[in-house]
Amino acid sequence: MENTDNTLPIAIAHLSKSFGGRKVLDGIDLTIPRGQTLSLLGRSGTGKSVLLRLLIGLDKPDSGSIRIDGEEITSLGMDRLNRIRQKLGFLFQQAALYDSLTLGENVEFPLKRQTTLSPAERTEKVRALLASVGLERDVDKLPSEISGGMKKRAGLARALALDPAIVFFDEPTAGLDPITAAEIGQLITDLSKQRGMTSVVATHDMHSVRCFSDRAVLLDKGRVLIDGSFDDLKNSSDPFVSEFLTAAV
Amino acid sequence: MRLALSLFITLAATVSAVPVEAERRGGAGLLAVQSLVLSVFEWFGQFGIFCQRVLKGTFSAPFEGREFLRQLDNIGSQSLPLVAVAGAAIGVVLGLQTRESLTRFGATSMLPSVIIYSLMKEMGPIVTGLIVSGRVGAGIGAELGSMKVTEQIDAMAVSGVNPYKYLASTRILACLVALPLLTLVADAAGVLMGWLSSTLVKPISLGLFLNMGLNGVSFGDFLPATLKTSIFGLIIGAVSSYQGMSSRGGTEGVGRSATSAVVISSLFLIVADVFLVRLILLFFK
Ligand SMILES: Nc1ncnc2c1ncn2[C@@H]1O[C@H](COP(=O)(O)OP(=O)(O)OP(=O)(O)O)[C@@H](O)[C@H]1O
Ligand SMILES: [Mg+2]
Repeated sequence: MENTDNTLPIAIAHLSKSFGGRKVLDGIDLTIPRGQTLSLLGRSGTGKSVLLRLLIGLDKPDSGSIRIDGEEITSLGMDRLNRIRQKLGFLFQQAALYDSLTLGENVEFPLKRQTTLSPAERTEKVRALLASVGLERDVDKLPSEISGGMKKRAGLARALALDPAIVFFDEPTAGLDPITAAEIGQLITDLSKQRGMTSVVATHDMHSVRCFSDRAVLLDKGRVLIDGSFDDLKNSSDPFVSEFLTAAV
Repeated sequence: MRLALSLFITLAATVSAVPVEAERRGGAGLLAVQSLVLSVFEWFGQFGIFCQRVLKGTFSAPFEGREFLRQLDNIGSQSLPLVAVAGAAIGVVLGLQTRESLTRFGATSMLPSVIIYSLMKEMGPIVTGLIVSGRVGAGIGAELGSMKVTEQIDAMAVSGVNPYKYLASTRILACLVALPLLTLVADAAGVLMGWLSSTLVKPISLGLFLNMGLNGVSFGDFLPATLKTSIFGLIIGAVSSYQGMSSRGGTEGVGRSATSAVVISSLFLIVADVFLVRLILLFFK
């Protein structure tokens, strides 16, 4: 049992979290194998962002366990948690770019802190990362000078800066035009194929779910309602699921 | 007696500083008092935890030298003009007012000493402290507050950087170093303007003014009074960083953090001054 857990990048068991007496997550069980791209679905306010924040240790759950590469993170101290975070990437829902730094410096920040790359190597890496999200010409712009979708893409470049093995994306394609959204979806898929990157993507974008993810998990009332492929979702007889899909398409 | 007074002021300070929390809890009469007392305790508890984290961060490698210098430069350049102008204004006021009272008692020859003594001993330090708590306290509260509500502080933690160390401890140390230096500026501007306002009434050379004035003050007057402003810096830095980093509730929360950073740090600063003056009197008689 212990052994199988160790091979899994993410194993969540009986995870619960309440805010002010309201149970947002109520016993989530989920295991995610390496290289999988999992889409996290659910109505606004069901706790997708809350779940992602728990997964990277920004908040502590009320109960339950989260194992990242076999290591229980819910009870870790700052130092150990930081070591684990080096192999994780996180895209915040509102991008959370440092607004006193340029886009280039934003992407460079984790590189500067966590790697021994020389300044020249860092500059090259930053350029490549920003180019992969189509922002190669905006290296020197400040976050206040760019659009919401561009912020999202810069945040994505920063999340991928350390070549993380596991990445959590909070609505990577929200607010993007369909073409850019498809490009971002393709980028995530390519990375999982090339490097075996495992990703959890909170999203409302059904097109991305269908085209780019291996598995869809629908949250409702703090629990996992559906866990399967996009087709499982489509063929479900649950009235909430059909309503969710009909409304989305 | 003095102690009781200080304690009362401390209590009043915190009580007036945390009404937001209490307001949210609501209640009337006894209940309101109860929740107010509760939030005061809660504030001190949370602030204690914050300070512990910052301390731990400050004394663990690596030292964030570059960020510290950036903050020092920020704080210094933000407050320098303001502090100089305030010091100058106090110099002028002291010059005019002291002359008036000293003439009445026939002791005008004491004028330079009295001006320099009051500036260095109390006026320079406390005015610098209050001005910096307004200027820098609001700045730190708002900056860290907006970083908090837009999840930039979380993003930093995700990148493996300890925000208590990178953001808070660098700012606190910068305040600690900047305040004595800014106090020197206020003192200097005050003395200069004090001389100017005196010499306009009754001409006296700057050399003579300084000579007469500095005769009356010893190093033991000057040094502790200037160094105590480091404690003011500590208070301003710690309280404002805490208010900023514990900010919540969107832009409105940022505004609250900025205001409460100024209110709480200036009140604490005045209370600390009471204790520090007492302490300095004890040791440097
Ligand atoms: N820090 C917090 N304090 C109190 N309540 C919170 C906090 N964070 C989240 N919540 C609550 O948890 C619930 C889930 O929020 P969450 O942000 O995870 O929703 P979401 O599924 O990401 O929605 P969306 O699709 O709109 O992003 C919401 O009802 C929210 O009010
Ligand atoms: Mg969300």
